[in-house]
Amino acid sequence: MLVLVVLMGILVVSFFRAQVVRGSSWALQSDSNRLRVLPVPPPRGTVFDRYGEIIADNVPSYSVSLFPAPGDSIRATLERLSPFLGLEPQRVEALVEEAESNRRQPLLVTDNADYDAIAQVEERRAEFPGVFLEMRPRRRYLAGPAVGHALGYVGEVSAAELESPLFEDYEQGMVVGKEGLERQYESLLQGTQGVRYVEVDAVGRGVGSFEGHAAAPAVPGEELFLNLDLALMEYIHQIFPDTMRGAVVALNAEDGGVLALYSAPTFDSNDFVGGISRSLWEELNRDLARPLYNRAVVGRYPPASTWKLATAAIGLELDLVEPDGVMPTACYGSYTYQGVTRRCWRPEGHGHLDLAGAVAHSCNVWFYQLGLRIGLERLVEEGSRLGFDQACGVDLPREMPGRFPDSLDWWQRVFDYRPFENEVMTLAIGQGPNDQTPLKMAQFYLALARDGSAPRPQLIRSQDRDPETDWRMDLGERSLEALREGLRQVTSPGGTAHLSSLEHWDFIGKTGTAQRAQQDGPDAWFVGMAGAWDGDPEIVLAVLVEEVAPGEGGSSVAAPLAAKAADFHLRRKYGMPVDTIQTLGEHLRAGVPAPWARWE
Amino acid sequence: MSRDAAPASWLRRWTGDPILVGMGLGLSLFGVAMIYSAGILNVPSPVTEGAWRRQLIWLAVALAAFSAVWKVRPQWIEWAAFPIYALSVILLAATLVIGTGAGTAEGVGRWIVVGPLRFQPAEFAKLAAVLGLARLLSSRETPPQALRDLLAPAALMGLPLALVVLQPDLGTALAFVGILFAALYWAGTPPFLLFLLASPGIALILAFSTVVWSAYFVGLALLLYAFRYRLYLVESVAVLLANLSAGIIANPLWSSLAMYQRNRLLVFLDPSTDPRGAGWNLIQSKVAIGSGGLTGKGFTQGTQKRLDFLPEQHTDFIFSVIGEELGFIGATLVVAAFAFLLWRVVRLAERTADPFAGLVLFGIFGTWLVHVFINIGMTVGLVPITGIPLPFVSYGGTFLVTCWAFIALAVRLSREA
Repeated sequence: MLVLVVLMGILVVSFFRAQVVRGSSWALQSDSNRLRVLPVPPPRGTVFDRYGEIIADNVPSYSVSLFPAPGDSIRATLERLSPFLGLEPQRVEALVEEAESNRRQPLLVTDNADYDAIAQVEERRAEFPGVFLEMRPRRRYLAGPAVGHALGYVGEVSAAELESPLFEDYEQGMVVGKEGLERQYESLLQGTQGVRYVEVDAVGRGVGSFEGHAAAPAVPGEELFLNLDLALMEYIHQIFPDTMRGAVVALNAEDGGVLALYSAPTFDSNDFVGGISRSLWEELNRDLARPLYNRAVVGRYPPASTWKLATAAIGLELDLVEPDGVMPTACYGSYTYQGVTRRCWRPEGHGHLDLAGAVAHSCNVWFYQLGLRIGLERLVEEGSRLGFDQACGVDLPREMPGRFPDSLDWWQRVFDYRPFENEVMTLAIGQGPNDQTPLKMAQFYLALARDGSAPRPQLIRSQDRDPETDWRMDLGERSLEALREGLRQVTSPGGTAHLSSLEHWDFIGKTGTAQRAQQDGPDAWFVGMAGAWDGDPEIVLAVLVEEVAPGEGGSSVAAPLAAKAADFHLRRKYGMPVDTIQTLGEHLRAGVPAPWARWE
Repeated sequence: MSRDAAPASWLRRWTGDPILVGMGLGLSLFGVAMIYSAGILNVPSPVTEGAWRRQLIWLAVALAAFSAVWKVRPQWIEWAAFPIYALSVILLAATLVIGTGAGTAEGVGRWIVVGPLRFQPAEFAKLAAVLGLARLLSSRETPPQALRDLLAPAALMGLPLALVVLQPDLGTALAFVGILFAALYWAGTPPFLLFLLASPGIALILAFSTVVWSAYFVGLALLLYAFRYRLYLVESVAVLLANLSAGIIANPLWSSLAMYQRNRLLVFLDPSTDPRGAGWNLIQSKVAIGSGGLTGKGFTQGTQKRLDFLPEQHTDFIFSVIGEELGFIGATLVVAAFAFLLWRVVRLAERTADPFAGLVLFGIFGTWLVHVFINIGMTVGLVPITGIPLPFVSYGGTFLVTCWAFIALAVRLSREA
């Protein structure tokens, strides 16, 4: 009897010790047992355009997963789920097969279920043991193809990225910016992961409500306010011919803000959200038109005649030519220097031209002479001083610097010969070893549109701009006016781009047509600017179209695109209705009277 | 607890002892309820879900067995004691050859399958051992006075014990030890002799440390010298030799244990040595019981159990569910209920004049005491984990039937006396 009392007493005492004395610490351990910490992905920062339009935001997406179970039970659960998720019988079969081939991992039924379906499943939780629901924000681009190259895209952080210091604090499974602005401003857009607790059983199956017990909510990424004009980008995407490859860059003349940055062909950023399908990825990479290649900031092209403005600006800066200066030799279709004869594009010649006339007519002979006045060494020095061998420093990844000799040694280095002095004639007309990105050319014309200085083009709108980083040319108002007068004559009666002139805006610029080896047709350029008739330029544009049909060129292909984009932007800016018949050429073709057109 | 306090004599007529039967029935039904709760998991498992229905059927079988045994005349029981014992030994031996595993004890061959029936001969053997030992000891005129008087009973228990150990089932083996000591105690064996009988076992345990074992051995020798007039010299030498050999074979014996048996003993000393393996059961059980606190998490609400952290939650670790869901208060009430049940068995034994009846009752007492103490004790880490069920409460048909047969025996034999 004593034995009985003692033994039972020992039991009661040890239970008292475990449950009452040490109860709270065991309770804690029980909680840590059953609660698993799961990361809560933060919504990425919303991206707005200059008018407050949303370019990219997030929508909740719901994923439905099944915990590993025997095939029959998976099939039964899927069949019960199918009315809610709209699963077709073939899909159920495919999922069962997938589950059987991978018995350890949870089976993802869908990662994009709509809210109503999820709510119905959640209400019937008890009927769906082993079903796990999860909500995560999903990136959405409101104009995917139009903004593809500017915004870039997101994707799951890769193993290689995790090893780089840039992604030091990142964890596997996080969604990060891969390209474009998403990559550039990843640290701002990412936000901070939250933490939630989910009740799990001994084998780690989540069994609690899918919302879990939030311990720390995710902090959304910062909002991004851009200089981009979303409507303009959509418009450019709309008017840029599908069959053509090229780029359009539009800058705000006032501060260098990027109004539009478009590269064709493009891709839809939305296709990358939640993982791009293998077939689409391969298709994008196989496509000979290279839709993933951002021609606006990565593509480099011979600037051709559009670069003649740089030669002129350098000549004016060095006081080697007056704004009304005439070259000693008139243009008779060619020019001979040191026994080498070079042609003007117009065999019959241009005669005597002043600076504006030379720009307007793109007279090679005039620029040969100016180039020789400057001299090869000085042209190279000044060109690289202006930054034609550098990048703009735009806030996008992978921007390519321009390709331009930094000194006479450059030829030695690259081609292994000393350049002849006559090489300057080639450079002066924008040929030779000179390749620029459309963005770079836009920045140069931005300086011409302003007071000779050009801020670094930026997609993000920021208050604290460092003027030190501006592109700067030492040009007087008279010189700038003379250069702009030359550009104006291009779109004036008799100018190469007269048919691209606009009713409401002073649209001026320079065409360029670069013949390239290994290409049937030339590359077509138009770089210019537009603004109210009686005011300063407001928008600067660079349009490049690769390999246009033989016989076509900057004036026929690139200039109308620039004109229409400028007209669209300015009309909206001034609250005017937008018309699709914009340029003089369009009026003529459509038979719409253009009483505003100047013919003399 | 007096005869005159019974309000309805028919109750007594039908049950024999309303208190004992009532306690058994109450614990059985409580067991069904806890087995039901043990089956309430967030992700239901086919093993535990619906186990309570099967247990309810087994309870009906057990009650039928109870009625059947209760009808048997005590003289027949006494007469049949040895044949039953012999049969159970044969069954145990057969189990070693044709035994199969089942359920959560898949790996060990403890079951015999006869057509649709599956049962554990080891449970039946407890009943047989109680009867056989009672028969043997009741045939004595005088209480055992010398060690050699204990040889026959020890051998009688040693045979089924050895067969059970070979299965291997250390927990059930301990039940036979409980039966032996309880019955010997009731037969009037002096505690000194009981201690000497137990001494090789104690030596085995103490042998983990040479110093401790040596001190114990010297102490034992001195004790034998002090009581030299009560023992034969041969016996004293035998005891010392047994203790000596226990100390020597301890290490080889340890090496011969199955890995899971060794781990169970090791994690008893320190569960954290293998928290996800052998220590898992003990740690999770302690977490479950400890987190139950004073009042528990509520019936069916235990999170440790619901989330499948508790192992064997409807069989060996049913008490962890009780501790988690009903708290300290519930656990204490259950322990108290078992104490009352056991006390009642002792009272019945005290009242009976028939030595066979008393020995059977004490054998039952010993069996249940070992089961209750070890089963409950292991859930809080008081004793090493052995697969031994909680009488009436744990899921398992054979043992439930055995327990009810025990009640029938207790009631029948004590009433007849």
